[in-house]
This record gives sequence, C-alpha cells and structure tokens, in this order.
Amino acid sequence: MSQTHREMNGAEIFLESLRKEGVDIIFGYPGGAVLGIYDKLYDCDFIHHILVRHEQGAAHMAEGYAKATGKVGVVLVTSGPGATNTVTGIADAYMDSIPIVVFTGQVPSKLIGNDAFQEADIVGITRPITKHNFLVREVDELAATIKKAFFIASTGRPGPVLVDMPKDMLAKITKFIYPDHVEIRGYKPTYSGHSQQIKKAANALRKAKRPLLYVGGGVVMSNADRELTLLARETGIPVTMTLQGLGSFPMTDDLSLGMLGMHGTFWANMATENCDLLISLGARFDDRVTGNTETFAKDAYKIQVDIDPTAIDKNVKVDLPIVGDLKNVLAELLTELAEKPVTTDFTDWWSMINKWKDACPLEFENSDGKLRAQYVLQRLSKMTKGEAVVVTDVGQHQMWTTQWYEFNHPRSHITSGGLGTMGFSVPAAIGAAFAIKDRPVISISGDGGFQMNMQELITAAAYKLPIKFIILNNSFLGMVRQWQDLFYKEKYSFTDLSKTNPNFVKVAEAFGCKAMSTDNPAEVDGLINEMMEYNDGPVLVEFKVVKEEMVFPMVPSGGSIRDIMVKRLDPNRLV
Amino acid sequence: MKKIISVLVENKFGALNRVATMFSGRGFNIHSISIGVTEDPEVSRMTIVTSGEANILDQVIKQLNRLIDIIKVIDLSAEHHVARELAMISVNYQKGIRSEIMNICEVFQGKVVDITIKSITIEVTGPPDKIDAIINMLTPYGIKDVARSGLVALKREEQIIIKPKKEVTIS
Repeated sequence: MSQTHREMNGAEIFLESLRKEGVDIIFGYPGGAVLGIYDKLYDCDFIHHILVRHEQGAAHMAEGYAKATGKVGVVLVTSGPGATNTVTGIADAYMDSIPIVVFTGQVPSKLIGNDAFQEADIVGITRPITKHNFLVREVDELAATIKKAFFIASTGRPGPVLVDMPKDMLAKITKFIYPDHVEIRGYKPTYSGHSQQIKKAANALRKAKRPLLYVGGGVVMSNADRELTLLARETGIPVTMTLQGLGSFPMTDDLSLGMLGMHGTFWANMATENCDLLISLGARFDDRVTGNTETFAKDAYKIQVDIDPTAIDKNVKVDLPIVGDLKNVLAELLTELAEKPVTTDFTDWWSMINKWKDACPLEFENSDGKLRAQYVLQRLSKMTKGEAVVVTDVGQHQMWTTQWYEFNHPRSHITSGGLGTMGFSVPAAIGAAFAIKDRPVISISGDGGFQMNMQELITAAAYKLPIKFIILNNSFLGMVRQWQDLFYKEKYSFTDLSKTNPNFVKVAEAFGCKAMSTDNPAEVDGLINEMMEYNDGPVLVEFKVVKEEMVFPMVPSGGSIRDIMVKRLDPNRLV
Repeated sequence: MKKIISVLVENKFGALNRVATMFSGRGFNIHSISIGVTEDPEVSRMTIVTSGEANILDQVIKQLNRLIDIIKVIDLSAEHHVARELAMISVNYQKGIRSEIMNICEVFQGKVVDITIKSITIEVTGPPDKIDAIINMLTPYGIKDVARSGLVALKREEQIIIKPKKEVTIS
C-alpha cells in the first residue's frame, strides 16, 4: 500500500474494511454498543444495510444470502441481547458450514466483566458454535481481525465467525491499514487431494460393479457441480444426494436417485445398502443419512472426499480417505479416468435399482378431493420447472419438498439441515432474495415454523422483495405429530395448533403482503400462477392441507433399510 | 487407552478455553492438562492426557487440529517421549513418624519445601506412577493436601550416533 494511511475511528475502519472485502450488503439491528457504526452507516453509500425485526432474522438472512451466492453473509448487531439473539443462526451456520461473519457490539473494554448493562460474554457463548471468534482488544487490531474473520469464514470448510467489538474500539482513532494477505500459523486448509489416493480411487471405480455416488453439500460449496455431472455422465454411475447436496446434480437426470436417508427414496437407500463402492463427496455420514452405522453400506468399499479431515472416519470408517477441495479432486479424478476410462457395464446394477424404484415409488393419495402438501409441491415443481430457489423450513414440508420438488441447479435448495432450525425459511428466503434477482425465490414453511420468525415479513415488504411465501398449513406440528403417531401411541401432546393458529392471511396482510388461501386442490394451479406473476412485493399463499398425512418412506432413527416404513403401521409396534 | 498429546498453541486470550470447550462439547475425556509458554513467547505448549477408544482418540487429534489457534498437535504416545509430573504433598509430621516420612522422601528423591512441627510438605517429580507410589506410601501417615501439576512431556530427540573420525584401538 503506497498511499498514506488515513486516520479513522474504529467505526469508519469497520466500514472501510467491509468495503475491502467486497461486502455491499449487511443485515443488522442498531443498539447502544454499535451506535458509533450506525452513525457512520447513515452517510455510507457503499453498504446497503437491511434493517431486520429480530437479530435471529438477521443471522438467517445472512445464511440465506451466503447459501444463494457462495459469498460471505454479514450481520451487525449490538451487545447483550442483540448478540445472544443471533446464537441460533450462528449454530445453524456452524452445522451446515455456511460462511457468515457476525459483528457484535460489546460494552466498553473497561466495563467487560462488570455485569454492565447489555453485557453478555458472546465470545464465550459462541466458542463451541463458531469456526472461530475474536474479541477486538486494540483498535489497531480491528482491520486485521476483520480480514482474518472473512478469510476463516470463507476458506477450507466454511463456517461462521464472530467478531466482538467493544464500544470504545469503535470510537478510538488510528491509521487504517488493511492487510493484503492473512497468515495464520495454525490454519492451512488442504485444497489439492493426494495424487496417489486419487489414482487408487480411479482404480476402485474401474473395478466396481455396483458403484454409487453419495453427494453432500460440499459439492455445492466448492462449486464442483460441473465436475460431478461429468463424472456421473461419463461413467453412468447413479447419484444420490443428501439434504444439502440436492441441486448439485439435476434430479430430472436419469442417473439421479434423489435423496437418501431417513426420508429418502426407497431405491436410493436400497442402492446404498447394496452398492459395492460408495463414493462420498462432501458428505458427513450424518445420522439422518446412515441410520445404524453398523449396517450402512456395510459391504461397500468406501471412498470419502472432504476438505475437513475431522469429517473423515467420524461416523463411519472409510477405506480410502481423500482430503482436499472437491473441485480439484474431482478434476484430477476425471483426468485419471480420461486416460483409462471406466468400461464396466452397469446394466445389471441399473436393473436392480429400477426394480426397487418400481417396487416402492413415491406416491400419495390424490383422488379423494382433499388437499395434500405433496400435491402442492408437485404442482409447484412442474409449474416453476424446477427453476426456482426454494427455501424450506424444518419438518414434514421440508422432507416432502425433497421428494416432490425437482431441483436442477446448485444453490437452489436452501434449508436448515444439521441444526433443524424451525423459523429458518422466512428470513433465509429474504436473505436469498436480496441476491437472486433473475429467478423466483420461494419460501416454504409449515404453520408451526412460520410463526417462529414471521415478524420478518415486514422486512420483505419494506424492501418490496417479490418473495413467494407458502405455508403448508396442517394445523399441527406435523413431524412431531408423525413421531407421536408412530412411536408414542397417537398421544398428540402439545402439537395441535388447529384452535390456536392465527389467521395467516390477515397476518400477512397486516405485514404488507398480498395474501391468499385455499383448501381446494382444484384451486392450486390458479393460486400458484397468481403468486408467481405477482412481483410488486411479497405474496403469501396458505394451503390448508390434511393433517393426518405422514412422510413416507421412513427409516426410523438408528434403524437400517430393513426397518423401512412405507405406510402407516400399527402404532403399538415398538421401534 | 490413554494418550499423551502435546499441543502448540498461539499464546492468545481464550486458547485454553477453546481446547477445554472442544473436549467437553464433544464428550472427550481430559485426565490432565498443563500449559506454559515455550521458547517463543507467542506460543504455549499444552500437554493433554486423554483416554478413549482408538477412533475417539483419532478424532481428538483431528478436532484439536481443526481449532484455528492450534499450530501443531503431536501424538506423543506414538513417539519416544519423556513425561514428568510434579506433586506437592503435605503430610502429618507428628513425633514418632518423622524419620519414616523422611526415609520415604529420600527413597523417592523428594525435596522438603515446607516444614512445621505438625506438617511437612514434600515436592516430588517423576512419571505419574512414581507420584502415585509416594502418595500411596504416605497415605497411612495422614495426607493433608496434594497438588499435582499434571503431566508435561516432550518428544525424545533421535539419538545421533557420532562415529569417531579416526579408528581408535583400545588395548
């Protein structure tokens, strides 16, 4: 840096550092400890500040923005309650490896530890749920700390980073020096895979008779969807995806088996059970995927590619680990295979898979004139041609979306996977909508989760975001009800919302949204059309669906494919 | 299975807490942890004694490596190493047993660091089983207090065999 360094106060350094990082949008809420920043933000022309209604909303918006774009999402909140309100969003980002940086105000340095007004030890609170966090102790450290925060959040296995800034740090003046690069002795992610290991993987692929690609969110994060698609199509190997992997490979492609796991397709789970080579790409063998780890793909030779060494062997012991960035590893694997391709004929393997597909297809009752969530999602998928960015919440509707919405592009399916955060969809869709302008953004929630962050509807309305909010209202906490139904003898303890749900149309209208509602299957197409064509601001459509419906197939928690349920079973059966 | 792990860590605010939080959050055991600055004032060395199944211990090392402030993780159990612990043991020192206590202290090469008419404090250094042994020997006399440092350990350097430049014949 040749130009003379200007003197600035911490608040200005904060904003200039964000500019250096290419940040043009932040999600925030003002308060005492960050007044200094808000004072400067008022006159700042290079950062678009989005005023949320609750700090949790800000954190999920940053997540939605990050997942839709691959860029770092940024949050700015005050100390104490402002900071603690972001905790759920941070934990969510940690579980799903989403790059966000959360800036929290803190009480002045000399008051830290004094139980001062609006003081919370947010660095201590978030230590186990951040990739890393910082407390800024000198104003001279502020710029370098911000540089490090963005570097850590966005590299290697991405994740949330928190920077806690005492109020006096924002007022103190120093020279603004933004470092060109970061050097952290203990943090050097491995990007290129070990060549010998990749050669071995190519060999295993050439030898396998029943191979399966098991694809997770890592493929989306490393933008390796093209490499994956090439690998699958050149070899003819089937692809199954995890919840976070959906979209990395087109679900309309014949090679796609859809999602695997607890509510995955029967054929994807059978293929996993029966494959002789399992190639895990950026997936973490989560318990919702594996069920019983003892029986998971037990006869398969297992290859695992992941940028995070801790993901290797964590839940399931693999035979061939490759640590590296998926894009690089897959490119190298493709080069290997170009020299000596896979020539195996997988006809027998595919006929096995197709037999499973015929034996247990995804289906739902559709002839009794009642409205079901699956029908709405099936129509939504057809009518949007699988081209929308769909942001789901947590529960039955989330699983049905994976079954009935055909995702064809990466970064199109945004959901809370690891943490399972109800209330994620509304704010996350808002965050995504600030970034995505050329495709529709659709938020899907159940009636329970919707109410957890519905205050953010006004944020969508205030910024005239043309988001399509869908509520699949079954007047129940549906997934909990399903477990009560199956495993707790139909004792619906505190899951019935039928008498206490608000009038969602009135709620939406009060928050400045256009709103519609139906319980008639014949009206679904009409409402979806109207919803998709309305672009003057947010629109909400409530579909009142039958409450008894359950998500099938289902592999009970900790079970294996042999325990799969495909329809309602005797509730007295103990699983 | 027990493991001794030596961890080089940035000498920063909260570093010990990060390690402790990771252990408790993931349900790993810590038997002892000791920490002190190294020859580089910006780097501290932690010596952690942990236990568990082989796959758990493997995860412990990986998860330690994953922490940003941690520079290097060395599995000392897999290498030749020297491990020592320091203990201070305060024991009853009534008339009649004084010579016996002094004998035990001598056998274990302990040092007397404090003494009154009623009590004596012995400092002893060695591998943990030696500390266990002296505590065991002193227990019948009435131990008042024990403070143990936890293990500190270092990798043993490779033995370098220096060949004499000239043949030397010893007759």
